[in-house]
Amino acid sequence: MSTPARLALDRQTAPWLFASALITTLPHFLHQPYWLSGLAALLLFWAVWLWWKDERLPGRWILLFLVGTGCAGILIEFRSLFGRDAGVAMLVVFMAMKLLELKSRRDAQVVVMLGYFLLLTHYFYSQSIPTGLWLLVAFWLLTATLIRLHGGYVSSRQETLRLAAKLCLQAIPFMLALYVLFPRVSGPLWGLPSDAHAGMTGLSETMSPGSISRLAQSADIAFRARFDGNQPAKHKLYWRGPVLEEFDGTTWRPTAGRGASPALDNLSPPLRYELTLEPHNQRWALALDAPMQLPEGVSLSSPLTAMLRQPLTERRRLQLAASLDYRFNVDEAPGTLQRNLVLPPGANPRARDLARRWREADSNPSSLIGKAQALFAASFTYTLQPPLLGEHSVDDFLFRTQRGFCEHYAAAFVFLMRAAGVPARVVSGYQGGEANPLDGYVVIRQSDAHAWAEVWLAGRGWVRVDPTAAVSPARIETGIADALPFGEPLPALVQWRADWLRGLRYRWEAINNAWNQHFLGYDPQRQRQLLSRLGLPDADWRSLASALGLTCALLAAALTAWSLHRRPKTDPAWRLWQKALRRLAKREVDCAPWETPLALAARVRTQCPELAETFQAVVDAYLKARYGNAPNHLKDLRTAVAQLR
Amino acid sequence: MHHRTPSPLGGPPRPFDQILQQAGQIIYGKQQEIRLALACLLANGHLLIEDLPGMGKTTLAHTLARLLGLQFSRIQFTSDLLPADITGVSIFERNSGEFRFLPGPVFAQLVLADEINRATPKTQSALLEAMEEGQVTSEGQTRPLPRPFFVIATQNPAHQIGTFPLPESQLDRFLMRIEMGYPDRAAERELLASGGQRNRADNLAALISADQLPAIQRQVTAIHAAGPLIDYVQALVEATRQDPAFRHGLSPRAGLALLSAARAWAWLDGRDMVIPDDVQAVLPAVACHRLRTARQGEAAPIEDVRRLVQSVAIP
Repeated sequence: MSTPARLALDRQTAPWLFASALITTLPHFLHQPYWLSGLAALLLFWAVWLWWKDERLPGRWILLFLVGTGCAGILIEFRSLFGRDAGVAMLVVFMAMKLLELKSRRDAQVVVMLGYFLLLTHYFYSQSIPTGLWLLVAFWLLTATLIRLHGGYVSSRQETLRLAAKLCLQAIPFMLALYVLFPRVSGPLWGLPSDAHAGMTGLSETMSPGSISRLAQSADIAFRARFDGNQPAKHKLYWRGPVLEEFDGTTWRPTAGRGASPALDNLSPPLRYELTLEPHNQRWALALDAPMQLPEGVSLSSPLTAMLRQPLTERRRLQLAASLDYRFNVDEAPGTLQRNLVLPPGANPRARDLARRWREADSNPSSLIGKAQALFAASFTYTLQPPLLGEHSVDDFLFRTQRGFCEHYAAAFVFLMRAAGVPARVVSGYQGGEANPLDGYVVIRQSDAHAWAEVWLAGRGWVRVDPTAAVSPARIETGIADALPFGEPLPALVQWRADWLRGLRYRWEAINNAWNQHFLGYDPQRQRQLLSRLGLPDADWRSLASALGLTCALLAAALTAWSLHRRPKTDPAWRLWQKALRRLAKREVDCAPWETPLALAARVRTQCPELAETFQAVVDAYLKARYGNAPNHLKDLRTAVAQLR
Repeated sequence: MHHRTPSPLGGPPRPFDQILQQAGQIIYGKQQEIRLALACLLANGHLLIEDLPGMGKTTLAHTLARLLGLQFSRIQFTSDLLPADITGVSIFERNSGEFRFLPGPVFAQLVLADEINRATPKTQSALLEAMEEGQVTSEGQTRPLPRPFFVIATQNPAHQIGTFPLPESQLDRFLMRIEMGYPDRAAERELLASGGQRNRADNLAALISADQLPAIQRQVTAIHAAGPLIDYVQALVEATRQDPAFRHGLSPRAGLALLSAARAWAWLDGRDMVIPDDVQAVLPAVACHRLRTARQGEAAPIEDVRRLVQSVAIP
């Protein structure tokens, strides 16, 4: 296939395109399957090699074969060609393949435009500061490539980059206007593909031995909290997740179906706080026990868990209040109490036996609780690496291994209580949190995931009992890093004890949090607040759109005025000369842009002899005024031009 | 491209008008070429004249030397000419028992290097080094050349048999390259009637002395080039870099050469400032030998440069 030479691609442009393709696809390598990254890298390398050796580009059939292979691979990997992951994978492969097709300028333009589009897709995966910075650099490079593609007039690499930077900087006012004024909608602007929220970490709906200890090995931030007043003591911070009432021998599950709404007596003044939840794709809001005043869109389930209407797929801020001292369901429904006494038949005979002996000795629930706690405190070890448990998991744990994480203690405790006739259930959630002294936010990580127990006592309702506190008081008082011996597989981030490292981490997290709160957290509500402060109350999308259009028009006008002002002021001598030329043009003597004044004067002598003398005076004065060293010839020129009629 | 103008633009009188006029009486119908050659010398540059034999190249060089009062020497380049034939040799003197340096023909104020492309590159470069450095190094000793020092080299068109064309880097050392061209009918008739002019050149009297030249050259460099004029020079140079007709554009050094040649042209016109006419007048002579056509890689024809001028607006 031949391409017109006029449109042929300059060889020097190719490295720019390679760099652009690399910088736009590189972050996707972090989450794509290895074979796909390998394929893209191979294609890119091939394109660079062909360029380096100045070889012919592969033919159409080879390209078609590659397209087929790529699509087949994606289809096998993702079982679809659509959706977030498959779609992005296709774009990455196409980007790499387009580099094998760089024949004309049009191909290069496709690469650049595809690059701009690929930049957007990175926000599906991460909206952090490093991502933002990377994409800014990529945007800059893409723009430079585009300039390189079109411009003959910027020659050097530095000049191209400088011009691109200038263009990007000029776009900043527009970016800010769009950021502030573009009508915000809650949730994504258009429906995201269904797989867009896959792979989020967080508490799961069920609990089995090992599920929470696995989660605790992640240093990811689960949510942040900021208290209006003083932060309560750490051991009071129980963030409530799903309540698990059904046990099948290994796994604890929540009860299906909805019960009555909870009856709550708050015994302490409300503690107000704000939660910023990271998306976890579940409905629970992880409110502090016990939630009092709930914002719109949040409701209480019957076991006192604050629930959102929809699974949480993006970061969300909630204003909440809690009463740390409370009474909950003193008059519990008999059905619920009955449910919380059920044990799988035949499981864990030794534990049942122990509970029965305890009950025979003293059937008072408080003494039963005390016995269980004493048992744990005597010879049990708190560890993230518990040994595997057999078929009778509670028996195994209580009498053989005696090593476990919070879910083991909570499960065994609830089992013992139920076997002894005390209604009990497992509550999962988070416990504690670390206050960042820089911005006052309490950061709760996945490593703070926790499970505890709740028992129902006549006259007191559901009462929280944390069996882990009996084994390892440090876990509740100060946090997981102090509760576990050195060498446990906790994330390094959580273990950092050196002050300077901790300070560094606080700073980074405070910056990230500020970024989240102020930039990413700019939602419809904040937009309304800001706009009413700017004198635009009750803005709907129409008024926002007009404000946006108006601002952009004003900005464009201001930038245009600025650049016109910055242009070198036209020389008055030049303006007078143009005037003289216009007068000549009326006599049908036109001056070509390259024609010198003296040449024009010679032509006037032959074409309009009657003007020759006056025009010669104009030329002399103009040459002196424009090219001469003395500045005072402008007056002569003005007089001379005035005489030219 | 140059227009004689009756305009009273000039400041100082034109001291070289007499020289131009007298030279015009020796070389008929070549006012433009004489003027360019003079401008080249005033801009302190070396001149390359390219044309067929018998077009008056040597006469032009000879005439200029006489009129400017320059000490003249002529080297006929041949294929067996050696570098020492140009720079000079040391000979052993039996009486004193010492070596004595006999300066070669290059030790003159105006050197005519005739048919420079007949000599081997080695010999050519001996002359070109002298041009560049204004001195000659021979047998470990450096000897300065007289001041002022000009070289007018003539060259036959490259496609003639038995020539070593000058490489581009060497061509760049010549400020200008001009072609003589056939005389027009009237001039040729006058030439035929007068029976040859070379002998008459020997009888010319110097109109200025060689000592005055450096002062004149200083005046030339002081000629004013305003901002718009420099913009114009720059626009022309940039246009050569973008024009697909040329293999590569003019170098920054060529831009400087263009400006200094334009200054000399303005001085010859008696002006104290450079105007676009000056630039257009000297551009072909300064640019043609520095540019190569994109297709054949030959020196750019003058038509290409004229077309280029018509593509650049005068600021």
